[in-house]
Amino acid sequence: MILFGRQIPAFFSLLIWGGIWEIVGQLDLVFIFPPLSSVLVALVEVAQRRDFHEAAAVSLKAFSIGMGFAITGGIFIGFLMGRVETADKVLGMWVNIFASAPLSSLVPVLMLLFGLGQLTIIVTVILFSIWIIALDTYAGVRHISPSLEEMGKSFGASRWQLLYKVLFWAALPEILAGVRMGLIRAVKGIVIGQLLVAVVALGRMFQTYSRSFLMEEFWALTLILFVFALGFSSLIGLLEHRVEYYAGTRI
Amino acid sequence: MPTSLQSMPRADDGAPVSKTENIVEVRDITKFYGTDVHALEKINLGIPVGQMTTFLGPSGCGKTTLLKIIAGLLEPTSGEILIKGAPVSGPGPERAFVFQDFALLPWATVLRNVAFGLELRHEAKNEREKVARHYIAEVGISGFEQKYPHELSGGMRQRVGLARALAVNAEVLLMDEPFSAVDEQTRRKFQEDLLHLLAVEKKTVIFVTHSIEEAVYLSDQIVLLSPRPGRIHSIIRPEISRDAGPDEIRRDKNYLDHVEEIWQDLRKYLE
Ligand SMILES: Nc1ncnc2c1ncn2[C@@H]1O[C@H](COP(=O)(O)OP(=O)(O)OP(=O)(O)O)[C@@H](O)[C@H]1O
Ligand SMILES: [Mg+2]
Repeated sequence: MILFGRQIPAFFSLLIWGGIWEIVGQLDLVFIFPPLSSVLVALVEVAQRRDFHEAAAVSLKAFSIGMGFAITGGIFIGFLMGRVETADKVLGMWVNIFASAPLSSLVPVLMLLFGLGQLTIIVTVILFSIWIIALDTYAGVRHISPSLEEMGKSFGASRWQLLYKVLFWAALPEILAGVRMGLIRAVKGIVIGQLLVAVVALGRMFQTYSRSFLMEEFWALTLILFVFALGFSSLIGLLEHRVEYYAGTRI
Repeated sequence: MPTSLQSMPRADDGAPVSKTENIVEVRDITKFYGTDVHALEKINLGIPVGQMTTFLGPSGCGKTTLLKIIAGLLEPTSGEILIKGAPVSGPGPERAFVFQDFALLPWATVLRNVAFGLELRHEAKNEREKVARHYIAEVGISGFEQKYPHELSGGMRQRVGLARALAVNAEVLLMDEPFSAVDEQTRRKFQEDLLHLLAVEKKTVIFVTHSIEEAVYLSDQIVLLSPRPGRIHSIIRPEISRDAGPDEIRRDKNYLDHVEEIWQDLRKYLE
């Protein structure tokens, strides 16, 4: 964030926003904005509740399963498109469309198809994240220096060895970038999905809180989700950092 | 045998070549890229065992193409490659490639990079690392085993590439402009080290270069290619005595005459 022409460290910018939130809340202007302090109190309280733990566990599980499928599927599709010309022709357009389509409008359809349960969350997560993972993997595969592949072949690598000892690692920086973006999209998807689905796990808690105008609790829940998403994404960021040294030096 | 300044077309080049055995035979190799790009036209060539053969020619004449066909990395449109008398298709353990851009695994240490060919052959880890350490020492980069490629200079990276090729113990080393990405001083040092190393290791080397000086300095046999479609223009055997030091060789009349003669030949193509 830039304030008065100076770069403000992320942490301070958070503090400033927090301060603004507190002031607006204390002024009691809009009832949907309770002061930050009372939200934080609610957060501590919510974080200790049994039903929150259960709901979070269910959501996290569905989320992880969905991400697992999206990562494997996305990497697979990306490699297929990157390595097989026909696959690129057949899939390329669709993957691009899905990666940029407003998928939230599909969530109600998914609810009809898969019912009001975990399965819908899983499918939503996959749907929101798999395409960008596929696209980034594809970009990574296309980026691989041809001589690296020739090197593998000339030293007698089998197709399989070439794939898991050379090509996968060579594309890893892009793959990780895709996974991080997919993760963020999946969180978005799950938030939208949860709010719409509203009957399972965290979604139901959201629904309950907003319907009963428990704004402190509602915002507490939102903050928790936010922190989770941030945590996940910085975890991937950390991994990305570990391969950064060679992402730049690849030819 | 006295050195003749005459370029010797392959047809009457029989005398010196027939005495030594050819480890690689190039037979009628023609290569088209797609239907339009005619890269090579009926190349016939013998690579004598234990010698250094250089491909020299104008840019785009098909040197890399020919080298990759010999390496088994490219399919020829017609013709065949024989290794020790047997036709081959695809890469094989008797040939190892040294790449112009080094082609090192950026995520692997020098040690793992050098051992990579052996890793692909499923050799035990301590076995292959022992071999790798030996060649790391031999190319003069001991102490850098645990470094990553991006921590090394261009010259050192190419030494890693060379050590990797030596580690698989192939009889034929194929090098595509291995020194083009390193600076001139490093290049000279590298050339000397390479000559020394090859005297010890007794390899057959096929070497692509743009540099006439490099070709004359290093080669037992220089294959001059004509512009696209590449054909063999002439084969030259400089027969420079390697007993003298590198600086004397570079001042040697024989050496300078060969450089001049090849320059006159290649110059025609520039006009
Ligand atoms: N994959 C390809 N598709 C089409 N044409 C190609 C391909 N690779 C090479 N060529 C063409 O074939 C010809 C020979 O290429 P090659 O790389 O073998 O030449 P070279 O002698 O190694 O050139 P340089 O000295 O620039 O390295 C060139 O004209 C090049 O443009
Ligand atoms: Mg070339």
